[in-house]
Amino acid sequence: MLLSVRGLSVEYRQVGSANRTVTGASLEVPAGEVVGLVGESGCGKSTLALAVLGMTRRSGQIVGGSVEFEGQKLFDVSQGSSLTEDEWRAYRGREIGLVVQHPRGAFNPVKRIGEQIDRHYQVHSGASSGEARRRTLELLEQVGINDPQRRVNSFPHELSGGMAQRALIAMALSPSPKLLIADEATTALDVTIQEQILDLLDELRRTHKLGMIVVSHDMGVVANYCDRVYLMNAGEVVEHAPVERFFEEVAHPAAIALLAAQGVGHDHRAVRLRGLPVDTRRVPPGCRLHLRCPFASSDAGCSTVHPELSNFHDGHQVRCHRAADVTALAQAARPPAESDGGTDV
Amino acid sequence: MSVEPGEYGAVGDAADMGGERSGDAPLPPAGMGAQVKELLRRSWLVRIGLFLVAVAVLLAIVGPYLARFPLEEATPNANLPPSTTYWFGTDPNGFDVFSRVLAAPRIDVAIALVATAIAFFIGSAIGLLTGYYRGWPGEFVMRIADLIQSFPLYVLAIIIVVLTGRNFQNIVLVIALLNIPIYVRLVRSQVLSLRERTFVEAGKAAGTTDLNIAVRHVLPNGLSPALAQVPITIGFAILITAGLSFIGAGVRPPTPEWGVMVASGAESIIIGEWWISFFPGVAISLTVFGFAVVGEALRAVFLREV
Repeated sequence: MLLSVRGLSVEYRQVGSANRTVTGASLEVPAGEVVGLVGESGCGKSTLALAVLGMTRRSGQIVGGSVEFEGQKLFDVSQGSSLTEDEWRAYRGREIGLVVQHPRGAFNPVKRIGEQIDRHYQVHSGASSGEARRRTLELLEQVGINDPQRRVNSFPHELSGGMAQRALIAMALSPSPKLLIADEATTALDVTIQEQILDLLDELRRTHKLGMIVVSHDMGVVANYCDRVYLMNAGEVVEHAPVERFFEEVAHPAAIALLAAQGVGHDHRAVRLRGLPVDTRRVPPGCRLHLRCPFASSDAGCSTVHPELSNFHDGHQVRCHRAADVTALAQAARPPAESDGGTDV
Repeated sequence: MSVEPGEYGAVGDAADMGGERSGDAPLPPAGMGAQVKELLRRSWLVRIGLFLVAVAVLLAIVGPYLARFPLEEATPNANLPPSTTYWFGTDPNGFDVFSRVLAAPRIDVAIALVATAIAFFIGSAIGLLTGYYRGWPGEFVMRIADLIQSFPLYVLAIIIVVLTGRNFQNIVLVIALLNIPIYVRLVRSQVLSLRERTFVEAGKAAGTTDLNIAVRHVLPNGLSPALAQVPITIGFAILITAGLSFIGAGVRPPTPEWGVMVASGAESIIIGEWWISFFPGVAISLTVFGFAVVGEALRAVFLREV
């Protein structure tokens, strides 16, 4: 296993309260596979992705769980062990690359693109500046940037969003990491560019044998590019399955709602989650989602017993008391094909 | 001189500049050099400012060699009005005012440049560190900055110079100390917002050390306001030097220095001997004006860029 995350919890501490935005999340990425990490905004997917690198934003703190990379423990909160900042740097960027959402914002605005990519490679490989520049040009070419000789001298603001994203991917790839985390890497781009970038990542994965985590809220992206899906809601992993399995028999209400909201397969009116995302500072008893869930029932214990992640099928786990019913009900909620065929993708 | 020390650093809106481009006009795809050129071309005010600064700096280097009479040698020809021999007249000691006005930048401009350089480097470094690594040490430093800035400038300067002794070095250090809080604030405010930018997180995720991020990535992005402040600080430093000397807490007479010279003629103005104070006074005004205009122009260029 390339990466295994076990029981990871991240808390943001404010005066008088602690906001646990990720609770006991586990995730595995086999070498050369693409794992999709999906969920609505604020469900903790970016926090989880960042925590893999031992990082949190602002007042955040990793309060539980462990991360193992190629069998090497990066940190384990229960044993109180973690890499030192120096040791972390051997993983950040070098073994695990991160591609962030706002590509132009990820570059230092006052330095030329080429200089920044060169330096990233030099720091991690110890290469000379000449070698680094050759590598940069080669990678920029590989990610589909025209005229790399000229582009290396561009400042970040002179690149279009798509071009900056390509450059950022080139930079992330330059030290040949084994794992690439794409945190909403294509969300800010228009759909045609998005497709090009995703195709590019897919191709690079095959040529570079990369493991990847694709953080997204776009089910289409997940369906087309991922091998395995992890769905998060309110800081928990609530469903994970191989991608074909996931789309064939989706079982968690949050997953159905996400699909329906994008007009995939279901009548969105029937399976909409009510209200706003769960406030992780005040989680309700029972299932975190039960107040928003159209399938919730007190008979099943939705409002009293917190559901565990349990086997739904082989390799397909769901955190829902009513997973079996939900699948059936969701099927029933599909609009009749003849009357509403247009929206049925 | 009617500039209140309290107004320090409070500079007019950049749009007041004669050569300011209208706000919506797109930037030409050019570097900073081209922008400066553009500003020069559009504004006669900036050209005058740069000319004045150039003259002041030049005089700081060659001024004393242009003297037409010995600078610190009393003669019986005291209080003579301007004439073909003594172009700006002579003062109560019989010194040639013209020679001394030209020689004074050696002291005034030198003090200002050195003090500003110290304030800029130390202030920016403190601002970077307290902004990037937040926490109580930073808060502590900021309260000290408050303390320094809450004192009336001249009073503080006089107290310190009197306590430490009137010499070149102490005047420089006092002026530097008074200006450090300004640079701490300017840089810190930039760093506080820059440290939340994506490229800082991306840098950390890419395995860059904190110090490297702070110095190589955050600082270059947050230095513009501090750089634009430099000429303005130089101008005010000249003003403070002259002011301290005028009230007898700065450079000792008979050293050729503008403040000393204004003071030496202050009592004779009332009997019509205006030239003794007038020419050094004009020199101070023009120099400070020149630096202020250049500072303003730099601000216009820098602030549009980010």
